Amino acid sequence: MAVDTVQPTVHVDLPKARNRRESQLGLMWRRFRQHKLALVSLWVVVFFYLVALLAEFIAPVDPVHYSARYTYAPPQGLHFVAQNADGGWEFGPYVNGYKTEIDPVALRRTFVIDEEVRIPVRFFAESEPYLLAGVIPLSVKLIGVENPRDPFYILGADRLGRDMLSRLIHGTRISLSIGLAGVTLSLFFGIVIGGFAGFYGGWFDSAVMRVVEFIRSMPTIPLWLGLAAAMPKDWSALQTYFAITLILSLIGWTELARVVRGRFLSLRTEDFVTAAQLDGASDWRIVTRHMVPSFTSHIIAAATLAIPGMILAETALSFLGLGLQAPIVSWGTLLQDAQNIRTLATAPWLLAPGVCVVIVILALNFFGDGLRDAADPHGR
Amino acid sequence: MTKPLLTINDMSITFTSPDEADIEAVRQVDLTLTPGKTLALVGESGCGKSVTARAVLRLLDKNAKIPTGEILFDTGSGAVDIAKLKSDSLAMRALRGAEISMIFQEPMSSLSPVHTIGDQVDEIIILHDRLNKKQARERTVSLLDQVGVPGARDRANAYPFELSGGLRQRAMIAMALACTPKLLIADEPTTALDVTTQAQILDLLRQLQDDFGMAMLFITHDLGVVAEIADDIAVMYLGDVVEQGDVFDVFRAPKHPYTQALMNSVPRLMRKAERQRLTPIKGTVPSPKDRPVGCAFTSRCPHAFAPCPTVRPERTQIGADHVARCHLLTHVREEAMA
Amino acid sequence: MTTLLTVENLSKVFHLGGSLFREGRELVALNDINLTVEKGETLAIVGESGCGKTTLGRCIIKAQPVSSGHVFYHRDEGGHVDLTTLGKREIEPYRRDIRMIFQDPMSSLNPNMRVFDIVAEPLRVHRLLRGKELEARVYDTLGKVGISPDAAGRYPHAFSGGQRQRIGIARALVLNPKLVIADEAVSALDVSIQAQVLNLLDDLKEEFGLTYIFISHDLGVVNYIADRVVVMYLGHVVENAPTDLLFERPRHPYTEMLLEALPIADPSRRKGRNKELKGEIPYLGNRPKGCPFHTRCKYAQDICRAEKPALRPINGTAQLAACHFAETLDLKGAYEAPIKAIA
Repeated sequence: MAVDTVQPTVHVDLPKARNRRESQLGLMWRRFRQHKLALVSLWVVVFFYLVALLAEFIAPVDPVHYSARYTYAPPQGLHFVAQNADGGWEFGPYVNGYKTEIDPVALRRTFVIDEEVRIPVRFFAESEPYLLAGVIPLSVKLIGVENPRDPFYILGADRLGRDMLSRLIHGTRISLSIGLAGVTLSLFFGIVIGGFAGFYGGWFDSAVMRVVEFIRSMPTIPLWLGLAAAMPKDWSALQTYFAITLILSLIGWTELARVVRGRFLSLRTEDFVTAAQLDGASDWRIVTRHMVPSFTSHIIAAATLAIPGMILAETALSFLGLGLQAPIVSWGTLLQDAQNIRTLATAPWLLAPGVCVVIVILALNFFGDGLRDAADPHGR
Repeated sequence: MTKPLLTINDMSITFTSPDEADIEAVRQVDLTLTPGKTLALVGESGCGKSVTARAVLRLLDKNAKIPTGEILFDTGSGAVDIAKLKSDSLAMRALRGAEISMIFQEPMSSLSPVHTIGDQVDEIIILHDRLNKKQARERTVSLLDQVGVPGARDRANAYPFELSGGLRQRAMIAMALACTPKLLIADEPTTALDVTTQAQILDLLRQLQDDFGMAMLFITHDLGVVAEIADDIAVMYLGDVVEQGDVFDVFRAPKHPYTQALMNSVPRLMRKAERQRLTPIKGTVPSPKDRPVGCAFTSRCPHAFAPCPTVRPERTQIGADHVARCHLLTHVREEAMA
Repeated sequence: MTTLLTVENLSKVFHLGGSLFREGRELVALNDINLTVEKGETLAIVGESGCGKTTLGRCIIKAQPVSSGHVFYHRDEGGHVDLTTLGKREIEPYRRDIRMIFQDPMSSLNPNMRVFDIVAEPLRVHRLLRGKELEARVYDTLGKVGISPDAAGRYPHAFSGGQRQRIGIARALVLNPKLVIADEAVSALDVSIQAQVLNLLDDLKEEFGLTYIFISHDLGVVNYIADRVVVMYLGHVVENAPTDLLFERPRHPYTEMLLEALPIADPSRRKGRNKELKGEIPYLGNRPKGCPFHTRCKYAQDICRAEKPALRPINGTAQLAACHFAETLDLKGAYEAPIKAIA
């Protein structure tokens, strides 16, 4: 038989040596890397999630530790080089102390940074023993003052003299994890419900899509407010946390279900799915082996783009006092303190959580956009 | 011989990309179009035929350049070098649509879905010929009638999606002819159509060419269509025009191995008893990056020999109106001289 | 010759656009199709878009359920079975015998699976082979279609269109089928690649003793590969004849029109203008009464508008046509010179 064996030629748009055995996800990563903004955003996101994960280690003090002496103490900043009185240079991290001044007009006590006082700071400072992420016992912090009685407020203090930086770091954990948990929950509902609707179609599909449209047509803020207000006041912090997650994903699943259903519908008509059917593959095998791998990348992208919405929703609810409640530290509850203008005028550092929200949301959006573009080469 | 309308001399087109070396998609192409005649640009996918055609209208992507060569278009009052014009310049826009127009493979994507076809044709007429709306509509209706749209006056009020593929293609042809261009570029205009509709559209194009006397640059991959419609043919392979000339000469006696191989790849209508096995070209088209410095066809050519991969064959005159780029043609002659 | 497959009174109706507020439309994609496929032959099904040729191919293999009619598959060990009545489990062994090749080499291969797994998938699903045996079979099949085994670890995107089509062919052949349904298998390929694949199909047919149902719109390719041609128009079979008879002297005006419209790659046989190609294919939903073709037929008479002609043998030959005037019309063929007689 005369069949000439041909070597596969490599597609025009791919460099030859590298693409030999690349999978779809490998290809996606390559395309993603070309998207510079998305790549930077990825690192930003990774940074924030690391902070969230290692909150106890990174935060210098306990977020609920308060000190009435240092109400609204301004940020000390962190210094590394100092000039001695004799003109020599001294190296090593330190923060300045505070001195109190009386405002002669308002007769109000204000804190002023006292550059004379230097409080040495140490990395990997010893501390009270604690559990990192609730599991690993540690008694060392990333950063700390040598004498725990010295004031240490790199980002300033709040109304009760609590360290803003530590609270921000712990808030990051709650806010980011609620986004992640909400999306995971939404993803579960979305994939199961959207998958069934897309794969089997028919009346179930129509019913699901009507429900999705109904939910999406409801104004979300009042709905959340209603649901949040219905939560019993005596629930523990953990219970509220999960309740809020559930409330957020109640809306969140609809978008993901739509994406999943759409992918299923379009894949169902692809020839390779028909081919798998004709191979005699079961529905389960067709879905898990042929269809799902073809759109995992799209799902990842859609899920990433859904996280910012969750974070914003949580922040908004908590800001309005209807989400997480006071002992829990989240960006939203932190921003509650920044609600009135006068406080803001005297202690603008209370807005730090807002800055974090903006950075994280932007980074997640750019990252998600990058993923989406990478997942769909024809979309551009 | 009539004066040529469009002369492409030594034109190359390169595509630049930020992370890779430039790709020369078309290299040193010479083409001539005369009024009333059809030149078919033939080749397989990726040979550069569409890019060449788009260069004439300067409809290339942003990363494409024309580093060498000229595209001379005779406007009647002297020649314009299109290659030197900016793609969004006033001069180029005056040519586009009025002097040179184009029809595409998929009419649906080049017709606006939210305007009736009548309005779309009107707009072009008003834009270029400064007629009022009523006069323009009269012209539109007679144009649609001319391209064989039945019930033209009513159909002018139809939206593109209400028409069949064949009628859409006719509507697009009417749009292209609205300003009686001197040159019509047809990029695979019948590829998406059924065979009977294709025959009708080919008939129509020939009829219109007789009526309007325009030159036509017809891009296709289908040798059958070429044989039906073309006066001249240029065969492209991987950015090179390997052979060009009068369609009868080239079909009767193809000189370039690629042209020969291409023609042997097409199944001919034959009785079972006489049927012969097809002789396909071995291998596949290499990526433009891997194109040899010499003849582009080297890697698949059954006759390739010493100079092919390194020396680019020159244009060799075979007949009065028949040119090919192949070392076999010159080599034999040199041997004879030696 | 023995019969491999018999299609009897097969119809397929799609229900369209039905909603709560209005009744849906019925769209008859296949109307009372009858045909037989002989063992070892290549049967071509030709027609323009919307004629139902793809639907027919998919109904035969039950990729789509039929509305009525039967598809009898004649088993080697004698007897036949009606594929349309079989359940999902019962049809499995027959899906091993009847395999399909798809048109679009881009969408017919799963982009997330390596070539090896794509070809091995049917063997795994049917639990036919495993381990070394499975490997050997897959590599052997890939070799037969001209894909080197070194390439089996790659993903489809690393291959050109023609090579992907070869992989699709390997997937069809790996189960040692008896009948292969090739749906526009070479239409998306460049001419030079198309010729390679046509030759490959020819070789494989000989080696494996295959039977093909070759669905295509390209009469040139059909003439090259087919032993018998079925011409479809608007869900009807209008003509069914051995290739030579059909191209020599078509018996249905639609076949003549198709041949007339077919561009020949030879300028000296240029057909010129004044072809009598009337109209366009009507929308499937408003199919004309009587003969489906009468709206475009230049020979149409009153009877054509009133009565639907049946598909019947013409003058006792193997040529079947559904035209009231099939015996009397002198229709033009596509071969160059007339030939005296065909054995």
